[in-house]
Amino acid sequence: MQAFEKLGVNPVAISVDSPSESQDLCRKAGYTYTFLSDPTTEVIRRYDLLHKGAGVKGHDIARPAEFLIDSSGTIRWINLTDDLRVRARPDQMLQAASALASQ
Amino acid sequence: MPDTLRENTNAPEPAPPQSGTRRRPNASLWIGFLLSVFAFLSYIPIFAKYPITRDMPWANFLIFALGLVFLFLGLRRAFRQPTVYRGKIAGPILTTISVAALVFFCFTIFSLGKHLPLSTQAPRVGQRAPEFALADTNGGITSLASLLSTPAASHPTKGVLLVFYRGYW
Repeated sequence: MQAFEKLGVNPVAISVDSPSESQDLCRKAGYTYTFLSDPTTEVIRRYDLLHKGAGVKGHDIARPAEFLIDSSGTIRWINLTDDLRVRARPDQMLQAASALASQ
Repeated sequence: MPDTLRENTNAPEPAPPQSGTRRRPNASLWIGFLLSVFAFLSYIPIFAKYPITRDMPWANFLIFALGLVFLFLGLRRAFRQPTVYRGKIAGPILTTISVAALVFFCFTIFSLGKHLPLSTQAPRVGQRAPEFALADTNGGITSLASLLSTPAASHPTKGVLLVFYRGYW
């Protein structure tokens, strides 16, 4: 995570979890970056990432996805996995972030 | 190594006189079965933790393959030397369970994770990221605009990495 900070890139995690649930997760796992809560899936739908009924008890949740956005608000890199098991690896994200930071 | 020990390891063994009552346990079958069970159960607690064994679960397939080799050897022993080795009944049962575990493993690995929405309308590279404002863990509201203008620690902000995740629901 410090590697991202050094590059000037803020990691931000977004899910349907409530702020207190995310806070618990941060405390347990030691995460220090920003966690945002989208319980109504409004933003998740705005990014077309809604996975209908995929959560426990059939809740709608976000599918995994990563977006790298530059300081002007333009998207520079996207990772949309086609398999739940295969997520973006930290080194892939770092590479994209350092490409952005070096410009 | 004394000669008596060496003789014991030599196969094939002559059939014991009271065949059926004092046959040797067929360890190969059980090793093969246990390897298959381990291959099936170990993915989530062990191999899914590391990208190199997670994205393509070759480690699990290797253990499955090893297990099936042991099962095959055990089966062959049980049927070719039924007077020496046990396992004519247990062998086929253990092998069936192991193969079923392998089939189920393949199904979960290659099918279950792929039922993802297509996200054809998701923003693309070069487009502007849709603005948002969401509750953060400090009791406030954080917007994309504020994230883009807040320096990361002491370094000037070059960008934001949005990570959407499934959450713990």
